[in-house]
Amino acid sequence: MSTATLEPRVQSPRNYLNADYGWKSWLFTVDHKRIALLYMASITFFFVIGGFFAFLMRLHLIEPQGALVQPETYNKLFTLHGVIMIFFFLIPSIPAVLGNFLVPLMIGARDLAFPKLNLLSWYIYIVGGLFTLYSAIAGGVDTGWTFYTPYSSTYSNTQVTAVAVGVFITGFSSILTGLNFIVTIHKMRAPGLTWFRLPLFLWAIYATSIIMTLGTPVLAITIFLLALEHLFHVGIFSPQLGGDPLLFQHLFWFYSHPAVYIMILPAMGVVSEIIACFARKRIFGYKIVGFSSVAIAVLGFLVWGHHMFVTGQSVYAGLIFSFLSFLVAIPSAIKVFNWTSTLYKGSISYEAPMLYALGFIGLFTMGGLTGMFLASLATDVHLNGTYFIVAHFHYIMVGGAVMGYLGGLHFWWPKISGRKYPNGWAMLSAAIIFIGFNLTFFPQFILGYLGMPRRYAFYPAEFQVLNVMSSAGASILGIGYLIPLVYFIWSMRYGPVAEANPWGATGLEWQTPSPPPTENFAEIPVVTEEAYAYSAEEEASRA
Amino acid sequence: MQGIPIQPEQASTIAQSVDHLYFFITAVTLFFSVLIFSTIFYFMIKYRRRSPDERPKAIEGSLPLEILWTAVPTLIVALFFVWGSTLYFQNSEAPPGAMEIFVTGKQWMWKVEHPEGQREINELHVPLGHPVKLTMTSEDVIHDFFVPAFRVKKDVLPGRYTTMWFEPTKLGTFHLFCAQYCGAFHAGMIGSVIVVEPDEYESWLQGGVQGETMEAAGARLFKENGCVTCHLADGSGPAPSLAGVYGNTVHLTNGQTVTADDAYIRESILSPAAKIVRGYQPVMPSFQGQLSEEQILDLVAYIRSIGLSQGNAKEKQQEEGKK
Repeated sequence: MSTATLEPRVQSPRNYLNADYGWKSWLFTVDHKRIALLYMASITFFFVIGGFFAFLMRLHLIEPQGALVQPETYNKLFTLHGVIMIFFFLIPSIPAVLGNFLVPLMIGARDLAFPKLNLLSWYIYIVGGLFTLYSAIAGGVDTGWTFYTPYSSTYSNTQVTAVAVGVFITGFSSILTGLNFIVTIHKMRAPGLTWFRLPLFLWAIYATSIIMTLGTPVLAITIFLLALEHLFHVGIFSPQLGGDPLLFQHLFWFYSHPAVYIMILPAMGVVSEIIACFARKRIFGYKIVGFSSVAIAVLGFLVWGHHMFVTGQSVYAGLIFSFLSFLVAIPSAIKVFNWTSTLYKGSISYEAPMLYALGFIGLFTMGGLTGMFLASLATDVHLNGTYFIVAHFHYIMVGGAVMGYLGGLHFWWPKISGRKYPNGWAMLSAAIIFIGFNLTFFPQFILGYLGMPRRYAFYPAEFQVLNVMSSAGASILGIGYLIPLVYFIWSMRYGPVAEANPWGATGLEWQTPSPPPTENFAEIPVVTEEAYAYSAEEEASRA
Repeated sequence: MQGIPIQPEQASTIAQSVDHLYFFITAVTLFFSVLIFSTIFYFMIKYRRRSPDERPKAIEGSLPLEILWTAVPTLIVALFFVWGSTLYFQNSEAPPGAMEIFVTGKQWMWKVEHPEGQREINELHVPLGHPVKLTMTSEDVIHDFFVPAFRVKKDVLPGRYTTMWFEPTKLGTFHLFCAQYCGAFHAGMIGSVIVVEPDEYESWLQGGVQGETMEAAGARLFKENGCVTCHLADGSGPAPSLAGVYGNTVHLTNGQTVTADDAYIRESILSPAAKIVRGYQPVMPSFQGQLSEEQILDLVAYIRSIGLSQGNAKEKQQEEGKK
């Protein structure tokens, strides 16, 4: 590296980005901020692939007989879309990118508790991802992301083993990341940073980490058993081999329902940070919002049976699971009410992150409320397995989790990159995403109620109008996602330089330069106040 | 909006009650969505930032408000829960006297067998205004029998029987969908439920029947597969007599008891060693792989017929009367 290229940078203070430029400094880094960027690049790659598959599916469904591909190919498209988006994009999205970047900064630490383990987590994730990509290239897999047996274990001739291995391996990345966060939040908080002074993002990440460490091993075991039966015909799930076909669903949903909360809880944390900052208010009912994250994490483990109301399980089991599923709605509702009340008598400014956060509240509320139809036994019998389910979980996972992730990226981008993005474009893309999203997924609620089953490569002609509306919305949504990709990349080189605290936010991460130095803080800060000290008196006491 | 359907047809006795609950939940959730969204919009406008120096006063929170908005959603979801569960519970068992039809799912078709021997594929003829109970199983993977116009759905599993029931209230042809992904042509595993007048159904049952009734087919299979050589009717053979067994309690060698229902008989044919009747040796071979699911259903129908005709028909009726 010649000194000539370094020269213009000499003025800017040393930070984690300009500390070193060689490829080794990235691939062997133990800096949590650099690992966060490694994750960001990798999940963006998977998001583009998964999104492309979704685009092909929506294109295919424009015509009732299917406009684009053979049914076998369509089945592979929705399977890989689901596997990639859930295991390789949504689950790592906020925890592994924003969590990795922010957990040490928010608690005033220099790194996570186990920096090398953190790097290992990323490599594990990549190895799992490679297996999944291999399966896609080597012919694909057609089981659906839910891998229901005995179809997946004894009937499918596609690349089930490769995907199973991929998901199995990636699970360990999730477990290790969760473990790292739990230890870090317990042991490495700056002096004075008590539990009730933690930003709510950390409460959410903590609750998520508990699910990751306790739930993911069950998924790993289940997927392992599936691969065992697929490869060696060990009778576990297939009745022909003496197994139980429903056992898989119990085990799978024991993880995969809590996994929904792995995806949505961190987004709730992000939204709490953004709302507080752009309303200049402490979060209304801070403790209750924090505890509601924990309540969701705990209750989330007890509701898996609501995926199985029509499997012929006992009606009494159905009653209990229905009851518990309704209970989860309560802490979610409490959060929405508290966010709304935070706006009361605030000083609200509208910039891109706030638009994403408000979009989150709108879409998450609709996603949550449509869950009532599915927790209720009698209506679930009709709606289960239809497009109503597809719409409901996309409102939570895309409308909720992806909106939250994008809101967080827009909020912390100046901190991460040291640059500002064009706010006008960012507000425009938030609006396009909101409109495109609703146009894509709202018609699917109606389709589901009308009875159109999910995972159909072709369908009766009476469903066409709503399908075309959905596909039209998807193209708008796609444009909405492409715009941020362009301006974020643009801003890394051409964006105006960001100051340390561009939004006037509280929180330790804003008290260090943008981008932060490798060691995060020149001196470890001492915390003397609560998380959202936005009032005039508190500001005065800080100065 | 012309031409966009928004509600599926209501063609069964439960369709309307499910829709009532559906619309009730829709109304309540719509009310709360409007309430939340309009509050947010109102705050967004009223409390917009007017000067960059604004520093609003901090508000801790409010315990009474937290209690209020914990209690209100709790009461509402409790109402949803009770309503949804009651409806589900009421409709979980077929009413006594429901006519029985047997369904076998396989990749990618629905095979239907009426007790009178009439068979059909991807079609299900049923009479108007009569409760129909389906006993279903799968030859391969998990399928799901879904009739949107009836608001009913149940998984169809390999290796076990599931049941569902409905009572059609409208003449016509209605969609039958497989609602559990089952492989390449899952989307093609669709058919029609055809509701006809009862007398038309009777003549349809008679029309073009080449085969025997399910009971007769079962009796034939009972002989052809050699069951009859051990299961002698007077109980003197090496295996218990099956006359009068169906619906009764069976005492097993391990001291447990089991009710001889469809699932038990099916299991005893495929895994005879699983539950041995007290006083007998485990000598019966498994018929796994030798009988199709439909043949097993025929055998069950036969064993049921000799169970009801010889001995316990009275008890059976009493039991059904109790329900």
